[in-house]
Amino acid sequence: MIKLISIELYKIFSKWRTYIGFIAIGLLVPLIHYAFFMAGEKGASFALRNLGDQFVYTGNLLNGYFISNFILQSLFVHIPFLIVLVGGDLLAGEATGGTYRMLVTRPVSRFQIVTSKFIAGIIYTALLIFWLAIMSLGLGLLLFGSGPLITVRSKIIIFASDDIFWRFICAYGIAILNMSVVTSLAFLFSSFVQNAIGPIVTTMAIIIIFLIVSVIPIDFFESLKPYLFTNYFGGWNSFFNDPIDKQKLIKDSMVLLAHIVGFYGLALLIFQKKDILS
Amino acid sequence: MEDSHSPEKVIEVQGLTKQFKDVLAVNNLDLNVYKGDVFGFLGPNGAGKSTTIRMLLSLIKPTSGSIRIFGKPLDKDRKEILRKIGAIVEKPDFYLYLPAYKNLEILGKISGTDVSHKRIMEILELVGLEKRYKSKVKTFSHGMKQRLGIAQALLHDPDLIILDEPTTGLDPQGMKEIRDLIIHLSKDRGKTIFLSSHILPEVELVANRMIIISKGTTKVEGTVSGLLNSDKLKVTVQVDNKELAANLINNSSWKEKLTGMVNSDLFFSLKKDEISELNKYLVQNNVLVSGLIPMRSLEDYFLAITEGKE
Repeated sequence: MIKLISIELYKIFSKWRTYIGFIAIGLLVPLIHYAFFMAGEKGASFALRNLGDQFVYTGNLLNGYFISNFILQSLFVHIPFLIVLVGGDLLAGEATGGTYRMLVTRPVSRFQIVTSKFIAGIIYTALLIFWLAIMSLGLGLLLFGSGPLITVRSKIIIFASDDIFWRFICAYGIAILNMSVVTSLAFLFSSFVQNAIGPIVTTMAIIIIFLIVSVIPIDFFESLKPYLFTNYFGGWNSFFNDPIDKQKLIKDSMVLLAHIVGFYGLALLIFQKKDILS
Repeated sequence: MEDSHSPEKVIEVQGLTKQFKDVLAVNNLDLNVYKGDVFGFLGPNGAGKSTTIRMLLSLIKPTSGSIRIFGKPLDKDRKEILRKIGAIVEKPDFYLYLPAYKNLEILGKISGTDVSHKRIMEILELVGLEKRYKSKVKTFSHGMKQRLGIAQALLHDPDLIILDEPTTGLDPQGMKEIRDLIIHLSKDRGKTIFLSSHILPEVELVANRMIIISKGTTKVEGTVSGLLNSDKLKVTVQVDNKELAANLINNSSWKEKLTGMVNSDLFFSLKKDEISELNKYLVQNNVLVSGLIPMRSLEDYFLAITEGKE
Protein backbone atom coordinates (compact mmCIF):
# COMPACT_ATOMS: atom_id res chain seq x y z
CA MET A 1 0.00 0.00 0.00
CA ILE A 2 2.88 2.37 0.80
CA LYS A 3 4.26 1.76 -2.68
CA LEU A 4 0.89 2.61 -4.21
CA ILE A 5 0.53 5.77 -2.10
CA SER A 6 4.00 6.94 -3.12
CA ILE A 7 3.11 6.33 -6.79
CA GLU A 8 -0.09 8.33 -6.37
CA LEU A 9 1.79 11.17 -4.69
CA TYR A 10 4.32 11.12 -7.52
CA LYS A 11 1.48 11.38 -10.04
CA ILE A 12 -0.20 14.21 -8.11
CA PHE A 13 3.01 16.21 -7.88
CA SER A 14 3.83 15.63 -11.55
CA LYS A 15 0.78 17.62 -12.57
CA TRP A 16 0.78 21.36 -13.03
CA ARG A 17 -2.64 21.82 -11.41
CA THR A 18 -1.26 20.54 -8.09
CA TYR A 19 0.92 23.62 -7.77
CA ILE A 20 -1.85 26.15 -8.37
CA GLY A 21 -2.80 26.06 -4.67
CA PHE A 22 0.79 26.31 -3.51
CA ILE A 23 1.50 29.18 -5.91
CA ALA A 24 -1.69 31.03 -4.92
CA ILE A 25 -0.79 30.80 -1.22
CA GLY A 26 2.86 31.53 -1.98
CA LEU A 27 1.89 34.76 -3.70
CA LEU A 28 -1.07 35.94 -1.66
CA VAL A 29 0.25 35.41 1.85
CA PRO A 30 3.53 37.34 1.33
CA LEU A 31 1.41 40.06 -0.29
CA ILE A 32 -0.67 40.30 2.90
CA HIS A 33 2.53 40.37 4.96
CA TYR A 34 3.82 43.16 2.75
CA ALA A 35 0.56 45.08 3.07
CA PHE A 36 0.72 44.86 6.87
CA PHE A 37 4.37 45.83 6.79
CA MET A 38 3.55 48.94 4.79
CA ALA A 39 0.46 49.82 6.84
CA GLY A 40 2.25 49.27 10.16
CA GLU A 41 0.16 49.68 13.34
CA LYS A 42 -2.70 51.17 11.29
CA GLY A 43 -3.21 47.74 9.77
CA ALA A 44 -3.44 46.13 13.18
CA SER A 45 -5.92 48.76 14.33
CA PHE A 46 -8.07 48.11 11.30
CA ALA A 47 -7.92 44.37 11.85
CA LEU A 48 -8.94 44.85 15.47
CA ARG A 49 -11.93 46.91 14.41
CA ASN A 50 -10.43 50.16 15.66
CA LEU A 51 -10.41 49.04 19.27
CA GLY A 52 -7.34 51.24 19.56
CA ASP A 53 -9.73 54.16 19.87
CA GLN A 54 -10.91 52.75 23.20
CA PHE A 55 -7.82 50.92 24.50
CA VAL A 56 -4.18 51.68 24.81
CA TYR A 57 -1.91 48.88 23.63
CA THR A 58 1.67 48.40 24.60
CA GLY A 59 4.18 45.98 23.14
CA ASN A 60 4.53 44.42 19.67
CA LEU A 61 0.90 44.19 18.59
CA LEU A 62 1.66 43.73 14.90
CA ASN A 63 3.47 40.42 15.29
CA GLY A 64 3.65 37.13 13.39
CA TYR A 65 0.87 35.53 15.45
CA PHE A 66 -1.47 38.41 14.87
CA ILE A 67 -0.97 38.39 11.12
CA SER A 68 -1.16 34.59 10.89
CA ASN A 69 -4.46 34.64 12.73
CA PHE A 70 -5.73 37.34 10.41
CA ILE A 71 -4.67 35.32 7.34
CA LEU A 72 -6.32 32.17 8.66
CA GLN A 73 -9.58 34.03 9.30
CA SER A 74 -9.49 35.65 5.87
CA LEU A 75 -8.35 32.79 3.66
CA PHE A 76 -9.95 29.82 5.30
CA VAL A 77 -13.12 30.08 3.25
CA HIS A 78 -11.11 30.15 0.01
CA ILE A 79 -8.70 27.27 0.57
CA PRO A 80 -11.34 24.65 -0.41
CA PHE A 81 -11.43 26.08 -3.91
CA LEU A 82 -7.75 25.31 -4.30
CA ILE A 83 -8.07 21.84 -2.83
CA VAL A 84 -10.85 20.63 -5.13
CA LEU A 85 -8.58 21.12 -8.14
CA VAL A 86 -6.66 18.06 -7.03
CA GLY A 87 -9.40 16.19 -5.14
CA GLY A 88 -11.75 16.23 -8.13
CA ASP A 89 -9.05 14.89 -10.41
CA LEU A 90 -7.94 11.93 -8.31
CA LEU A 91 -10.21 9.31 -9.87
CA ALA A 92 -11.79 11.17 -12.78
CA GLY A 93 -8.33 12.09 -14.09
CA GLU A 94 -7.61 8.39 -14.62
CA ALA A 95 -10.89 7.99 -16.47
CA THR A 96 -10.18 11.00 -18.69
CA GLY A 97 -6.70 9.75 -19.50
CA GLY A 98 -7.90 6.18 -20.07
CA THR A 99 -5.37 4.99 -17.51
CA TYR A 100 -7.96 3.23 -15.33
CA ARG A 101 -7.47 0.31 -17.72
CA MET A 102 -3.79 0.05 -16.92
CA LEU A 103 -4.35 0.29 -13.18
CA VAL A 104 -7.27 -2.09 -12.85
CA THR A 105 -5.67 -4.78 -15.03
CA ARG A 106 -2.71 -5.00 -12.63
CA PRO A 107 -2.61 -7.31 -9.64
CA VAL A 108 -3.86 -4.71 -7.21
CA SER A 109 -7.35 -4.67 -5.74
CA ARG A 110 -9.80 -1.88 -6.40
CA PHE A 111 -9.78 -1.26 -2.66
CA GLN A 112 -6.02 -0.63 -2.83
CA ILE A 113 -6.40 1.69 -5.82
CA VAL A 114 -9.13 3.79 -4.21
CA THR A 115 -7.53 3.84 -0.77
CA SER A 116 -4.07 4.79 -2.03
CA LYS A 117 -5.54 7.62 -4.08
CA PHE A 118 -7.63 8.81 -1.17
CA ILE A 119 -4.70 8.79 1.25
CA ALA A 120 -2.53 10.60 -1.32
CA GLY A 121 -5.29 13.22 -1.63
CA ILE A 122 -5.39 13.68 2.14
CA ILE A 123 -1.58 13.99 2.23
CA TYR A 124 -1.77 16.65 -0.49
CA THR A 125 -4.40 18.49 1.59
CA ALA A 126 -2.21 18.32 4.68
CA LEU A 127 0.80 19.58 2.72
CA LEU A 128 -1.18 22.53 1.38
CA ILE A 129 -2.25 23.51 4.90
CA PHE A 130 1.32 22.97 6.07
CA TRP A 131 2.45 25.31 3.30
CA LEU A 132 -0.14 27.85 4.49
CA ALA A 133 1.27 27.49 8.00
CA ILE A 134 4.83 28.03 6.82
CA MET A 135 3.88 31.04 4.71
CA SER A 136 1.64 32.69 7.28
CA LEU A 137 3.03 31.70 10.67
CA GLY A 138 6.63 30.94 9.69
CA LEU A 139 7.09 33.94 7.46
CA GLY A 140 5.04 36.11 9.84
CA LEU A 141 7.24 35.31 12.82
CA LEU A 142 10.33 35.79 10.67
CA LEU A 143 9.22 39.21 9.42
CA PHE A 144 7.30 40.60 12.35
CA GLY A 145 8.60 38.61 15.32
CA SER A 146 6.64 37.20 18.24
CA GLY A 147 4.30 38.92 20.67
CA PRO A 148 0.90 38.62 22.37
CA LEU A 149 -2.16 37.82 20.33
CA ILE A 150 -5.35 39.81 20.70
CA THR A 151 -8.56 38.27 19.40
CA VAL A 152 -11.94 39.90 19.36
CA ARG A 153 -14.98 37.69 19.69
CA SER A 154 -17.81 38.17 22.16
CA LYS A 155 -15.03 39.48 24.35
CA ILE A 156 -11.49 40.65 23.87
CA ILE A 157 -8.94 37.93 24.63
CA ILE A 158 -5.24 38.52 24.98
CA PHE A 159 -2.93 35.48 24.77
CA ALA A 160 0.58 35.71 26.09
CA SER A 161 3.26 35.10 23.48
CA ASP A 162 4.31 31.80 25.13
CA ASP A 163 0.72 30.51 25.06
CA ILE A 164 0.06 30.85 21.35
CA PHE A 165 2.26 28.60 19.24
CA TRP A 166 0.57 25.34 20.30
CA ARG A 167 -2.81 26.92 19.55
CA PHE A 168 -1.73 27.56 15.99
CA ILE A 169 -0.43 24.01 15.61
CA CYS A 170 -3.77 22.63 16.82
CA ALA A 171 -5.69 25.09 14.63
CA TYR A 172 -3.78 23.98 11.55
CA GLY A 173 -4.41 20.35 12.56
CA ILE A 174 -8.15 20.96 12.68
CA ALA A 175 -7.88 22.91 9.41
CA ILE A 176 -6.45 19.77 7.81
CA LEU A 177 -9.46 17.84 9.10
CA ASN A 178 -11.84 20.46 7.69
CA MET A 179 -10.17 20.53 4.31
CA SER A 180 -10.02 16.74 4.20
CA VAL A 181 -13.83 16.81 4.13
CA VAL A 182 -13.61 18.95 0.99
CA THR A 183 -11.06 16.56 -0.54
CA SER A 184 -13.26 13.58 0.32
CA LEU A 185 -16.34 15.17 -1.22
CA ALA A 186 -14.48 16.02 -4.43
CA PHE A 187 -13.06 12.48 -4.39
CA LEU A 188 -16.56 11.03 -4.11
CA PHE A 189 -17.82 13.05 -7.07
CA SER A 190 -14.65 12.09 -8.91
CA SER A 191 -15.65 8.42 -8.67
CA PHE A 192 -18.92 9.06 -10.55
CA VAL A 193 -17.63 10.62 -13.73
CA GLN A 194 -15.11 10.47 -16.56
CA ASN A 195 -13.96 14.09 -16.38
CA ALA A 196 -12.47 16.11 -13.51
CA ILE A 197 -14.33 19.34 -14.33
CA GLY A 198 -17.65 17.97 -13.06
CA PRO A 199 -16.42 17.03 -9.56
CA ILE A 200 -14.48 20.29 -9.21
CA VAL A 201 -17.44 22.50 -10.15
CA THR A 202 -19.95 20.44 -8.16
CA THR A 203 -17.85 20.48 -4.99
CA MET A 204 -17.26 24.22 -5.33
CA ALA A 205 -20.99 24.79 -5.86
CA ILE A 206 -21.90 22.75 -2.79
CA ILE A 207 -19.42 24.61 -0.61
CA ILE A 208 -20.65 27.99 -1.84
CA ILE A 209 -24.29 27.03 -1.27
CA PHE A 210 -23.57 25.59 2.19
CA LEU A 211 -21.55 28.66 3.20
CA ILE A 212 -24.28 31.03 2.03
CA VAL A 213 -26.99 29.04 3.80
CA SER A 214 -24.83 28.99 6.95
CA VAL A 215 -24.71 32.76 7.26
CA ILE A 216 -28.31 33.69 6.42
CA PRO A 217 -30.11 34.21 9.75
CA ILE A 218 -33.50 32.86 8.69
CA ASP A 219 -35.26 30.16 10.73
CA PHE A 220 -35.54 27.77 7.81
CA PHE A 221 -31.82 27.97 7.05
CA GLU A 222 -31.00 27.79 10.76
CA SER A 223 -32.84 24.48 10.92
CA LEU A 224 -30.72 23.18 8.03
CA LYS A 225 -27.39 24.16 9.57
CA PRO A 226 -26.80 20.97 11.59
CA TYR A 227 -26.90 19.00 8.33
CA LEU A 228 -24.32 21.11 6.53
CA PHE A 229 -20.74 19.98 7.01
CA THR A 230 -19.53 23.56 6.57
CA ASN A 231 -21.29 24.32 9.84
CA TYR A 232 -18.57 22.33 11.62
CA PHE A 233 -15.67 24.06 9.94
CA GLY A 234 -15.14 26.57 12.76
CA GLY A 235 -13.40 24.16 15.14
CA TRP A 236 -9.93 25.51 14.42
CA ASN A 237 -11.10 28.93 15.66
CA SER A 238 -11.93 27.58 19.09
CA PHE A 239 -8.21 27.40 19.88
CA PHE A 240 -8.22 31.19 19.86
CA ASN A 241 -10.93 31.31 22.49
CA ASP A 242 -10.57 31.05 26.22
CA PRO A 243 -11.59 28.67 27.60
CA ILE A 244 -11.59 26.24 24.67
CA ASP A 245 -14.98 24.60 24.27
CA LYS A 246 -13.55 21.08 24.16
CA GLN A 247 -16.88 19.30 23.95
CA LYS A 248 -17.95 21.28 20.90
CA LEU A 249 -14.52 20.85 19.36
CA ILE A 250 -14.66 17.07 19.79
CA LYS A 251 -18.22 16.87 18.52
CA ASP A 252 -17.44 19.01 15.47
CA SER A 253 -14.33 16.96 14.74
CA MET A 254 -16.24 13.69 15.00
CA VAL A 255 -18.92 14.97 12.63
CA LEU A 256 -16.24 15.97 10.11
CA LEU A 257 -14.45 12.65 10.52
CA ALA A 258 -17.73 10.83 9.92
CA HIS A 259 -18.17 12.84 6.71
CA ILE A 260 -14.66 11.91 5.55
CA VAL A 261 -15.22 8.22 6.25
CA GLY A 262 -18.69 8.37 4.67
CA PHE A 263 -17.53 10.08 1.47
CA TYR A 264 -14.56 7.73 1.15
CA GLY A 265 -16.71 4.66 1.84
CA LEU A 266 -19.25 5.70 -0.77
CA ALA A 267 -16.52 6.35 -3.35
CA LEU A 268 -15.06 2.92 -2.59
CA LEU A 269 -18.44 1.25 -2.97
CA ILE A 270 -19.05 2.97 -6.30
CA PHE A 271 -15.59 2.11 -7.62
CA GLN A 272 -15.87 -1.53 -6.55
CA LYS A 273 -19.03 -1.92 -8.62
CA LYS A 274 -17.96 0.31 -11.49
CA ASP A 275 -17.52 -1.07 -15.00
CA ILE A 276 -14.39 0.50 -16.46
CA LEU A 277 -15.56 1.60 -19.90
CA SER A 278 -13.19 4.52 -20.45
CA MET B 1 0.60 -22.01 -38.50
CA GLU B 2 0.36 -25.56 -37.28
CA ASP B 3 -2.32 -26.63 -34.91
CA SER B 4 -0.26 -28.17 -32.17
CA HIS B 5 -1.82 -26.92 -28.94
CA SER B 6 -1.56 -28.84 -25.72
CA PRO B 7 -4.80 -29.64 -23.93
CA GLU B 8 -4.01 -27.35 -20.97
CA LYS B 9 -6.59 -24.58 -20.96
CA VAL B 10 -5.32 -21.09 -20.25
CA ILE B 11 -8.65 -19.34 -20.77
CA GLU B 12 -11.96 -21.08 -20.33
CA VAL B 13 -15.09 -19.02 -20.86
CA GLN B 14 -18.56 -20.46 -20.48
CA GLY B 15 -21.89 -18.77 -21.14
CA LEU B 16 -20.39 -15.33 -20.83
CA THR B 17 -23.02 -12.61 -21.10
CA LYS B 18 -22.91 -8.85 -20.60
CA GLN B 19 -25.99 -6.71 -20.72
CA PHE B 20 -25.64 -2.89 -20.68
CA LYS B 21 -29.14 -1.58 -20.00
CA ASP B 22 -30.80 -2.12 -23.41
CA VAL B 23 -27.72 -3.46 -25.20
CA LEU B 24 -26.73 -7.11 -25.12
CA ALA B 25 -23.01 -6.72 -25.81
CA VAL B 26 -21.96 -10.34 -25.27
CA ASN B 27 -24.44 -13.19 -25.47
CA ASN B 28 -23.71 -16.61 -24.00
CA LEU B 29 -20.16 -16.77 -25.34
CA ASP B 30 -18.04 -19.89 -24.94
CA LEU B 31 -14.36 -20.06 -25.82
CA ASN B 32 -11.25 -21.98 -24.90
CA VAL B 33 -7.67 -20.87 -25.31
CA TYR B 34 -4.94 -23.46 -24.84
CA LYS B 35 -1.39 -23.03 -23.63
CA GLY B 36 0.89 -21.86 -26.44
CA ASP B 37 -2.01 -20.78 -28.65
CA VAL B 38 -1.99 -17.65 -30.70
CA PHE B 39 -5.73 -17.29 -30.51
CA GLY B 40 -7.39 -14.99 -33.02
CA PHE B 41 -10.45 -13.24 -31.65
CA LEU B 42 -12.20 -11.85 -34.70
CA GLY B 43 -15.27 -9.80 -35.24
CA PRO B 44 -16.45 -6.57 -36.80
CA ASN B 45 -16.47 -3.34 -34.82
CA GLY B 46 -19.17 -3.55 -32.15
CA ALA B 47 -19.19 -7.37 -32.14
CA GLY B 48 -18.39 -7.50 -28.43
CA LYS B 49 -14.64 -8.17 -28.64
CA SER B 50 -13.54 -5.36 -26.36
CA THR B 51 -16.34 -6.06 -23.89
CA THR B 52 -15.21 -9.69 -23.73
CA ILE B 53 -11.60 -8.63 -23.22
CA ARG B 54 -12.63 -6.18 -20.51
CA MET B 55 -14.43 -9.01 -18.75
CA LEU B 56 -11.35 -11.25 -19.09
CA LEU B 57 -9.33 -8.52 -17.40
CA SER B 58 -11.94 -7.78 -14.70
CA LEU B 59 -12.49 -4.25 -15.96
CA ILE B 60 -16.19 -4.98 -16.22
CA LYS B 61 -18.28 -7.55 -14.45
CA PRO B 62 -20.17 -10.17 -16.47
CA THR B 63 -23.94 -10.26 -16.16
CA SER B 64 -23.66 -14.06 -16.15
CA GLY B 65 -21.29 -16.84 -17.11
CA SER B 66 -17.91 -17.93 -15.85
CA ILE B 67 -14.30 -17.09 -16.66
CA ARG B 68 -11.44 -19.36 -15.61
CA ILE B 69 -7.88 -18.34 -16.40
CA PHE B 70 -4.91 -20.60 -15.63
CA GLY B 71 -7.52 -22.98 -14.25
CA LYS B 72 -8.69 -20.54 -11.59
CA PRO B 73 -11.91 -18.55 -11.34
CA LEU B 74 -11.26 -14.89 -12.21
CA ASP B 75 -13.72 -13.52 -9.67
CA LYS B 76 -11.97 -15.31 -6.79
CA ASP B 77 -8.29 -15.34 -7.81
CA ARG B 78 -8.17 -12.05 -9.68
CA LYS B 79 -4.85 -10.75 -8.32
CA GLU B 80 -3.01 -14.01 -8.80
CA ILE B 81 -4.31 -14.33 -12.36
CA LEU B 82 -3.58 -10.72 -13.35
CA ARG B 83 0.01 -11.10 -12.15
CA LYS B 84 0.54 -13.47 -15.10
CA ILE B 85 -1.28 -11.41 -17.73
CA GLY B 86 -0.07 -8.54 -19.88
CA ALA B 87 -2.62 -6.65 -21.93
CA ILE B 88 -3.45 -3.83 -24.27
CA VAL B 89 -7.10 -2.88 -24.14
CA GLU B 90 -8.24 -0.82 -27.11
CA LYS B 91 -5.95 2.19 -27.55
CA PRO B 92 -2.99 2.37 -25.21
CA ASP B 93 -3.29 5.28 -22.79
CA PHE B 94 -0.58 6.49 -20.48
CA TYR B 95 0.18 9.30 -18.08
CA LEU B 96 0.90 11.83 -20.79
CA TYR B 97 2.65 14.20 -18.40
CA LEU B 98 5.24 11.54 -17.50
CA PRO B 99 8.15 10.17 -19.56
CA ALA B 100 7.87 6.74 -21.19
CA TYR B 101 10.39 5.30 -18.73
CA LYS B 102 8.48 6.58 -15.70
CA ASN B 103 5.22 5.18 -17.04
CA LEU B 104 6.80 1.75 -17.33
CA GLU B 105 8.45 2.07 -13.95
CA ILE B 106 5.10 2.85 -12.29
CA LEU B 107 3.36 -0.01 -14.08
CA GLY B 108 6.22 -2.34 -13.22
CA LYS B 109 5.92 -1.47 -9.54
CA ILE B 110 2.23 -2.35 -9.46
CA SER B 111 2.61 -5.48 -11.55
CA GLY B 112 3.67 -7.53 -8.59
CA THR B 113 7.21 -8.25 -9.79
CA ASP B 114 10.39 -6.26 -9.40
CA VAL B 115 11.09 -4.64 -12.73
CA SER B 116 14.66 -3.41 -12.94
CA HIS B 117 16.05 -0.48 -14.93
CA LYS B 118 17.72 -3.01 -17.20
CA ARG B 119 14.43 -4.78 -17.89
CA ILE B 120 12.65 -1.51 -18.70
CA MET B 121 15.38 -0.53 -21.13
CA GLU B 122 15.34 -4.00 -22.71
CA ILE B 123 11.62 -3.76 -23.32
CA LEU B 124 11.91 -0.23 -24.68
CA GLU B 125 14.60 -1.47 -27.04
CA LEU B 126 12.40 -4.38 -28.11
CA VAL B 127 9.69 -1.94 -29.25
CA GLY B 128 12.18 0.57 -30.65
CA LEU B 129 11.64 3.34 -28.12
CA GLU B 130 14.92 3.17 -26.22
CA LYS B 131 16.07 6.54 -27.56
CA ARG B 132 12.85 8.23 -26.44
CA TYR B 133 12.74 6.87 -22.90
CA LYS B 134 13.07 10.32 -21.37
CA SER B 135 10.40 11.90 -23.59
CA LYS B 136 7.00 12.64 -22.13
CA VAL B 137 4.32 10.42 -23.65
CA LYS B 138 2.34 13.48 -24.76
CA THR B 139 5.01 14.02 -27.43
CA PHE B 140 4.51 10.48 -28.84
CA SER B 141 2.65 9.68 -32.06
CA HIS B 142 -0.15 7.11 -31.98
CA GLY B 143 2.18 4.45 -33.36
CA MET B 144 4.73 5.15 -30.64
CA LYS B 145 2.04 4.92 -27.98
CA GLN B 146 0.97 1.62 -29.49
CA ARG B 147 4.56 0.35 -29.18
CA LEU B 148 4.73 1.59 -25.61
CA GLY B 149 1.45 -0.23 -25.02
CA ILE B 150 3.07 -3.45 -26.13
CA ALA B 151 6.07 -2.67 -23.94
CA GLN B 152 3.90 -2.29 -20.82
CA ALA B 153 2.08 -5.53 -21.67
CA LEU B 154 5.38 -7.47 -21.84
CA LEU B 155 7.14 -5.65 -19.00
CA HIS B 156 6.55 -8.20 -16.26
CA ASP B 157 7.12 -11.21 -18.53
CA PRO B 158 3.54 -12.50 -18.41
CA ASP B 159 2.47 -16.00 -19.49
CA LEU B 160 -0.70 -14.79 -21.19
CA ILE B 161 -0.69 -11.73 -23.43
CA ILE B 162 -4.00 -10.17 -24.42
CA LEU B 163 -3.72 -7.80 -27.35
CA ASP B 164 -6.75 -5.83 -28.44
CA GLU B 165 -6.20 -4.51 -31.98
CA PRO B 166 -2.43 -4.10 -31.44
CA THR B 167 -1.63 -2.92 -34.96
CA THR B 168 -4.16 -0.09 -35.04
CA GLY B 169 -2.50 3.10 -36.19
CA LEU B 170 0.76 1.44 -37.21
CA ASP B 171 2.36 1.73 -40.64
CA PRO B 172 2.89 -1.48 -42.68
CA GLN B 173 6.42 -1.87 -41.32
CA GLY B 174 5.17 -1.43 -37.77
CA MET B 175 2.38 -3.96 -38.38
CA LYS B 176 4.91 -6.48 -39.64
CA GLU B 177 7.13 -5.90 -36.61
CA ILE B 178 4.20 -6.55 -34.29
CA ARG B 179 3.32 -9.74 -36.18
CA ASP B 180 6.93 -10.89 -35.96
CA LEU B 181 6.96 -10.09 -32.26
CA ILE B 182 3.79 -12.13 -31.69
CA ILE B 183 5.29 -15.10 -33.54
CA HIS B 184 8.54 -14.74 -31.56
CA LEU B 185 6.70 -14.59 -28.24
CA SER B 186 4.66 -17.62 -29.11
CA LYS B 187 7.27 -19.84 -30.74
CA ASP B 188 10.44 -18.89 -28.89
CA ARG B 189 9.08 -17.84 -25.52
CA GLY B 190 6.10 -20.18 -25.22
CA LYS B 191 3.63 -17.40 -24.44
CA THR B 192 -0.07 -17.77 -24.96
CA ILE B 193 -1.47 -14.91 -26.99
CA PHE B 194 -5.06 -13.77 -27.26
CA LEU B 195 -5.20 -11.51 -30.29
CA SER B 196 -8.29 -9.48 -30.98
CA SER B 197 -8.74 -8.01 -34.44
CA HIS B 198 -11.31 -7.11 -37.03
CA ILE B 199 -8.91 -7.93 -39.87
CA LEU B 200 -8.98 -11.59 -40.94
CA PRO B 201 -5.65 -11.64 -42.86
CA GLU B 202 -3.88 -10.18 -39.84
CA VAL B 203 -5.08 -13.04 -37.65
CA GLU B 204 -4.49 -15.61 -40.36
CA LEU B 205 -0.80 -14.71 -40.50
CA VAL B 206 -0.09 -15.37 -36.84
CA ALA B 207 -2.88 -17.37 -35.20
CA ASN B 208 -3.27 -21.14 -34.95
CA ARG B 209 -6.81 -21.05 -33.58
CA MET B 210 -9.54 -18.51 -33.90
CA ILE B 211 -13.11 -17.56 -33.24
CA ILE B 212 -15.32 -15.15 -35.13
CA ILE B 213 -17.99 -13.40 -33.14
CA SER B 214 -20.76 -11.08 -34.22
CA LYS B 215 -23.35 -9.32 -32.10
CA GLY B 216 -21.83 -10.94 -29.04
CA THR B 217 -22.26 -14.54 -30.18
CA THR B 218 -19.94 -17.13 -31.70
CA LYS B 219 -20.21 -17.55 -35.47
CA VAL B 220 -17.24 -19.80 -36.23
CA GLU B 221 -14.59 -21.40 -34.06
CA GLY B 222 -11.71 -23.72 -34.85
CA THR B 223 -8.16 -24.01 -36.08
CA VAL B 224 -7.09 -21.40 -38.59
CA SER B 225 -5.79 -24.02 -41.03
CA GLY B 226 -9.01 -25.97 -40.77
CA LEU B 227 -11.26 -22.98 -41.19
CA LEU B 228 -9.33 -21.35 -44.00
CA ASN B 229 -8.17 -24.30 -46.09
CA SER B 230 -10.74 -27.05 -45.91
CA ASP B 231 -13.51 -25.06 -47.52
CA LYS B 232 -13.98 -24.40 -51.18
CA LEU B 233 -12.69 -21.15 -52.56
CA LYS B 234 -14.56 -18.64 -54.60
CA VAL B 235 -12.19 -18.06 -57.55
CA THR B 236 -12.39 -15.24 -60.05
CA VAL B 237 -10.81 -16.16 -63.39
CA GLN B 238 -9.94 -13.29 -65.76
CA VAL B 239 -9.53 -14.28 -69.42
CA ASP B 240 -8.82 -12.55 -72.75
CA ASN B 241 -11.54 -14.37 -74.70
CA LYS B 242 -14.66 -14.83 -72.68
CA GLU B 243 -16.73 -16.49 -75.41
CA LEU B 244 -14.12 -19.16 -76.09
CA ALA B 245 -13.60 -19.76 -72.39
CA ALA B 246 -17.34 -20.01 -71.73
CA ASN B 247 -17.71 -22.45 -74.57
CA LEU B 248 -14.89 -24.62 -73.26
CA ILE B 249 -16.27 -24.60 -69.74
CA ASN B 250 -19.82 -25.40 -70.83
CA ASN B 251 -18.55 -28.43 -72.72
CA SER B 252 -16.56 -29.85 -69.86
CA SER B 253 -16.93 -31.04 -66.27
CA TRP B 254 -15.88 -27.54 -65.08
CA LYS B 255 -19.41 -26.40 -65.91
CA GLU B 256 -20.63 -27.75 -62.56
CA LYS B 257 -18.16 -25.53 -60.78
CA LEU B 258 -18.97 -22.33 -62.64
CA THR B 259 -21.03 -20.02 -60.49
CA GLY B 260 -21.29 -16.96 -62.71
CA MET B 261 -19.89 -14.66 -65.38
CA VAL B 262 -19.51 -10.87 -65.39
CA ASN B 263 -17.71 -9.06 -68.25
CA SER B 264 -14.42 -10.91 -68.74
CA ASP B 265 -14.57 -12.54 -65.29
CA LEU B 266 -15.71 -16.08 -64.65
CA PHE B 267 -16.52 -17.20 -61.13
CA PHE B 268 -15.90 -20.71 -59.87
CA SER B 269 -16.30 -22.60 -56.62
CA LEU B 270 -13.14 -24.69 -56.38
CA LYS B 271 -10.95 -26.64 -54.04
CA LYS B 272 -7.44 -25.29 -53.65
CA ASP B 273 -5.76 -27.93 -55.88
CA GLU B 274 -8.36 -27.45 -58.63
CA ILE B 275 -7.23 -23.90 -59.36
CA SER B 276 -4.06 -24.93 -61.19
CA GLU B 277 -5.93 -27.65 -63.11
CA LEU B 278 -8.47 -25.16 -64.39
CA ASN B 279 -5.68 -22.77 -65.38
CA LYS B 280 -3.90 -25.57 -67.26
CA TYR B 281 -7.12 -26.60 -69.04
CA LEU B 282 -7.83 -23.05 -70.25
CA VAL B 283 -4.25 -22.33 -71.35
CA GLN B 284 -3.95 -25.63 -73.21
CA ASN B 285 -7.11 -24.67 -75.11
CA ASN B 286 -5.67 -21.31 -76.18
CA VAL B 287 -7.42 -19.12 -73.61
CA LEU B 288 -5.05 -16.61 -72.07
CA VAL B 289 -5.61 -16.36 -68.30
CA SER B 290 -4.64 -12.92 -67.02
CA GLY B 291 -5.76 -13.43 -63.44
CA LEU B 292 -6.76 -16.04 -60.87
CA ILE B 293 -8.10 -14.47 -57.69
CA PRO B 294 -9.07 -16.89 -54.94
CA MET B 295 -11.33 -15.79 -52.13
CA ARG B 296 -12.06 -18.24 -49.34
CA SER B 297 -15.57 -18.84 -48.25
CA LEU B 298 -14.61 -17.95 -44.68
CA GLU B 299 -13.26 -14.61 -45.84
CA ASP B 300 -16.49 -14.14 -47.75
CA TYR B 301 -18.41 -15.06 -44.67
CA PHE B 302 -16.35 -12.73 -42.51
CA LEU B 303 -16.89 -9.91 -44.99
CA ALA B 304 -20.60 -10.62 -44.93
CA ILE B 305 -20.51 -10.33 -41.14
CA THR B 306 -18.48 -7.15 -41.18
CA GLU B 307 -20.72 -5.63 -43.82
CA GLY B 308 -23.74 -6.49 -41.73
CA LYS B 309 -25.24 -9.00 -44.17
CA GLU B 310 -25.20 -11.84 -41.67
